[in-house]
Amino acid sequence: MDHFPLSWGRPRNDAVDAYGTFPIQQRPNHGQDTFSSGIQHTQQPIVTGTSVLAIKFKDGIMMAADNLASYGSLARFRDIKRLHAVGEHTVIGAGGDMGDFQYIQSIMDELMIDEFAAQDGHALGPAEVHNYLSELMYARRSKMDPLWNAILVGGFKDGQRFLAFVDLLGTTYSASTLATGYGAHIAQPLLRRAVEGREDTLDAAEAEKIIEQSMQVLFYRDARSLDKYQIATITAEGVKISESRKLETSWSFAEGIRGYGAQTQ
Amino acid sequence: MQHVAVPHAQPQQRQFNPYSENGGTILAIAGANFSVIAGDTRQSEGYSIQTRYAPKVFRLTDKAVLATNGFAADGNMFVKKVRQRLEWYRHAHAKDMPLRAIARLIQTMLYARRFFPYYVYNILGGIEEDGSGAVYSFDPVGSYEREACRAAGAASSLVQPFLDNQIYFKNQTPAPGTTHPAHLPLSHVLSLVIDSFTSATERHIEVGDGLEIYVVLAKGSALQGLDAIQGLSELTTTDDGERMFVIRRNLKRD
Repeated sequence: MDHFPLSWGRPRNDAVDAYGTFPIQQRPNHGQDTFSSGIQHTQQPIVTGTSVLAIKFKDGIMMAADNLASYGSLARFRDIKRLHAVGEHTVIGAGGDMGDFQYIQSIMDELMIDEFAAQDGHALGPAEVHNYLSELMYARRSKMDPLWNAILVGGFKDGQRFLAFVDLLGTTYSASTLATGYGAHIAQPLLRRAVEGREDTLDAAEAEKIIEQSMQVLFYRDARSLDKYQIATITAEGVKISESRKLETSWSFAEGIRGYGAQTQ
Repeated sequence: MQHVAVPHAQPQQRQFNPYSENGGTILAIAGANFSVIAGDTRQSEGYSIQTRYAPKVFRLTDKAVLATNGFAADGNMFVKKVRQRLEWYRHAHAKDMPLRAIARLIQTMLYARRFFPYYVYNILGGIEEDGSGAVYSFDPVGSYEREACRAAGAASSLVQPFLDNQIYFKNQTPAPGTTHPAHLPLSHVLSLVIDSFTSATERHIEVGDGLEIYVVLAKGSALQGLDAIQGLSELTTTDDGERMFVIRRNLKRD
């Protein structure tokens, strides 16, 4: 804290230094508005979640995300929920800044309460939720004050599956398999090979297996991931988000690796 | 802990970049009594394909089609706002806005954002009030002109020279005693469009997956062999006379 009032910026009235005894050019920091740093617009993600995966299957949408929120490379929070139900027909899953995501959750909860209170016989479906989020994200990026997330929106309403993406720039798209963050590079090719062309025949068990295998590969390869994750299933029956589950992993192959750790031979 | 006084240091800020580039290519060609507007359907960011089907050619009215290319979020928002203005026009005047008026509207809307531009190249195609096929092309801040053909987007530098040669007959000398035609027939234009996109798909990594070709026919003009084309569907909604069609085709997905 600078304790010299004259360094705080332009005096607001003549009561302060009425006779200009402290020449402007000698004031520290002159020419700068002391309050300009008061509004912080741009940011960077701080506590972050990694990939979210989602696929279409016969009866609806399946989505998965692990329970980790990292602080840089520190695995800071190991029981964070990155899948969130919005109403009866929709689940959103997010990577990126978890603070921003929890703010988005509160906005969506409030929105669903407002919609419920209208009692007009209409409920927001996944398409409406996705459009709302895309407008929100695009408006914030246009204010140069983005919500630092990549979000998947999955849902099932009126016999229709819905799966789409929206990110901090307001970019949107839809496909039968989607992945955010690291998963877009590592899991997406695996998901496409397993799902494309079979969206209408895959059953829930097969879909779950595909998701599980991809989460396993991600845990092996993504240093910011965790072996504890949740799966959300959205079908005509509604939304189901599983309890946290543990990935089956095997590290015995590490014994065969030569050239990195301390080996005797 | 020791305090180190850093006098008057401003907080470090990493600038947030509000733009991205989502690849793809669009093109439009005007004929004597028709207009063809096409675009591929791949959306990408860097080396990742985000989706194989994200349309960037949009029906505005029964005689106007807008193709957008560049930053997809800006493009979608821009099309949304243009459509809103056209709807207001329809409510106020009980008719669809003429093409040249849409073109001027688009220039005004783009220039209104001169200091935070929509990072989008627009091509507007359709039928003018005099029944001629028209193409208007825009830059991101609203400079525009009416042309016979235009390519924009990732592979524009591959496609535009091809069109210059095949539509404007640049660097071609007509056989003695003949002249180059001012307008090409629809079937010929469609072949050029398809060839442009298959070639761009071969040589540009951001182009591929799918092709959408919109065809607008002027009042009272024949189908000109359009009905024989595979993957054609009609989109006409009014009985003003102009007819609109879309042709959907596959492009290589690699």
